[in-house]
Amino acid sequence: MYVAVKGGERAIDNAHAWLAEERRGDPAVPELGIAQIREQMALAVNRVMAEGSLYDPDLAALAIKQARGDLIEAVFLIRAYRTTLPRLAASNPVDTGAMAVDRRISATFKDLPGGQVLGPTFDYTHRLLDFTLMADGAPLTDAVPHTPVPSPRGRDGRGGETPRVPHVMGFLNRDGLIETALPDDTPPPDLTREPLELPADRALRLQALTRGDEGFVLSLAYSTQRGYGRTHAFVGELRIGIVAVEVDIPELGFAVEIGEIELTECETVNQFRGSRTEPPQFTRGYGLVMGQSERKAIAMSLVDRSLRWQELGEDFTGAPAQDEEFVLMHCDNIQATGFLEHIKLPHYVDFQAELELVRKLRAEAQAMQEAAE
Amino acid sequence: MSDDTQSGAYTFAYLDEQTKRMIRRAILKALAIPGYQVPFASREMPMPYGWGTGGVQVTAACLTPEDRLKVIDQGADDTTNAVSIRRFFQRTAGVATTEATMDATIIQTRHRIPETPLTEGQILVYQVPIPEPLRFLEPRETETRKMHELEEYGLMHVKLYEDIARHGQIATSYAYPVKVEGHYVMDPSPIPKFDNPKLSGNPATQLFGAGREQRIYALPPWTDVVSLDFDDHPFETSKAPHDCDLCGAKDSYLDEVITDDEGGRMFVCSDTDFCAGRRAEGHEGRLGGDQKSSKTFANSFEGIWPATAGAR
Repeated sequence: MYVAVKGGERAIDNAHAWLAEERRGDPAVPELGIAQIREQMALAVNRVMAEGSLYDPDLAALAIKQARGDLIEAVFLIRAYRTTLPRLAASNPVDTGAMAVDRRISATFKDLPGGQVLGPTFDYTHRLLDFTLMADGAPLTDAVPHTPVPSPRGRDGRGGETPRVPHVMGFLNRDGLIETALPDDTPPPDLTREPLELPADRALRLQALTRGDEGFVLSLAYSTQRGYGRTHAFVGELRIGIVAVEVDIPELGFAVEIGEIELTECETVNQFRGSRTEPPQFTRGYGLVMGQSERKAIAMSLVDRSLRWQELGEDFTGAPAQDEEFVLMHCDNIQATGFLEHIKLPHYVDFQAELELVRKLRAEAQAMQEAAE
Repeated sequence: MSDDTQSGAYTFAYLDEQTKRMIRRAILKALAIPGYQVPFASREMPMPYGWGTGGVQVTAACLTPEDRLKVIDQGADDTTNAVSIRRFFQRTAGVATTEATMDATIIQTRHRIPETPLTEGQILVYQVPIPEPLRFLEPRETETRKMHELEEYGLMHVKLYEDIARHGQIATSYAYPVKVEGHYVMDPSPIPKFDNPKLSGNPATQLFGAGREQRIYALPPWTDVVSLDFDDHPFETSKAPHDCDLCGAKDSYLDEVITDDEGGRMFVCSDTDFCAGRRAEGHEGRLGGDQKSSKTFANSFEGIWPATAGAR
């Protein structure tokens, strides 16, 4: 009887063995390969890379497999692995203007230099279950086969020069209609190497948001649309594509391209009637997320804008999305899920202390009641 | 040494040397300012936040190959998480482990201070969920840091006073706030207030690690620690009003175990090493002669001793 409340090594080993068996599922069904997950569950892989803060599609796919498809658990596996990696170098800032875009849309202009490129989007699909996928058949489609845009560093590795795709914000900026984002060469703080200290600057906020939980950031952004700290956002531009990562090599005296990563970038244009300190003009919100993660990038740019109330001389209305400390302390799903789930660990010492207290208080209350009668 | 350490799959005690140096600096600062919460760049560990990542990082930064480690959770060496953390260090540091409080050089604990008095040279590492004693009175870190700076603890005294006004006593039974060397109010982690007196004047070094909240704080040996109270409502410890049913101890903190569905209960020491030690000396409680219960109790240690022996 007593042993039942005490754990032990054997219980842990048995639990792990059972977990491994459950992960594999029915052995009659072929096992998933890492390459299959990477290629066919790419958006899950992207989310795990973004929230795990590690760009490695193979490891993200492995984490998803090991976590039985629990994406937060997969993010956790990646984070725990990431902390053990040495910091070899810091890259130069990536140039999203030179992005080889798969998708690039603007909601503020009908057409613009560089064009609107719809890309591989769910946006205009009808959400009807495609039963041919279940029957292992080819999906129904009228589309012409996709020919990749040739690019110097495209995924196919061939092709000519990609034209620079100018940012929409640049057009507005030229007319002085949008706030100027001044270049800032201050080295950004590093959330993963220094404790988060408040108040945070914008770079630190963006860092926290880009690895923050997609669901949490989405709901916060949504709350600003519904009036809890209004953001009045238009998607000025959303682009998804491949950018080169370059590192300065001091011995060589120039930057060397070490690889390329897929990014989603969103810039919002936000209505702004002016404040005590700023003239009426459009303002900016910014989102940048690893992989193809456009829901997250849009949400991030709304929350970024909302958190900038102080800098723009707006009022604090008490909305959660305006509250830097609330947002930054709660957006990390690995911290959140850890603390939430730890309440299933034994707490019987504390509970015993509470039991004694409640028994004592009840006995006193009863005695007083009896005395009153 | 275990295979993993020998093969170089992990650095000694898992964390890389730079991280350990960063944590040691935070620990030294914490020891220099007793009770002050030092921010540190807590790392993601291979166990979840809430499972003791702060304590694990502090232990990892303190461990040397010569150390002998004891890990307890709820006072017991054989609770699942204590087993898991002990295994983690066996695997990544290959250090010797023990269940005997007096033999350990480092003890990592969750929610208890061992009953056996600690000695000089020992380190007690606490796992801390919420390091800020004022957090439930003021949720903002930016505010609470200011309150500590100014020693502005009126809010805490008002809370304790309101408890007395409403319940006739201070209604905090664990994580009972203390004042360190007359300055910082500190959260002793969720130990029952029964353990609070052991915090003060303790010859061991007491280190507190909060991983998710990125804070380390400390009580150097012989630090003066006072549980908050009022002159007319002095601090009191509390425990279940029973003796241990296995070893008969009258003065140890007890777990209440439900033994059947008809209200049957037994009370046993939460400190398993203390209880086992007393029984080995021949002490016997109400159910101490019960063959079945003491046998199953002994069985629960199986599998730990061989692993401990093998780690050397």
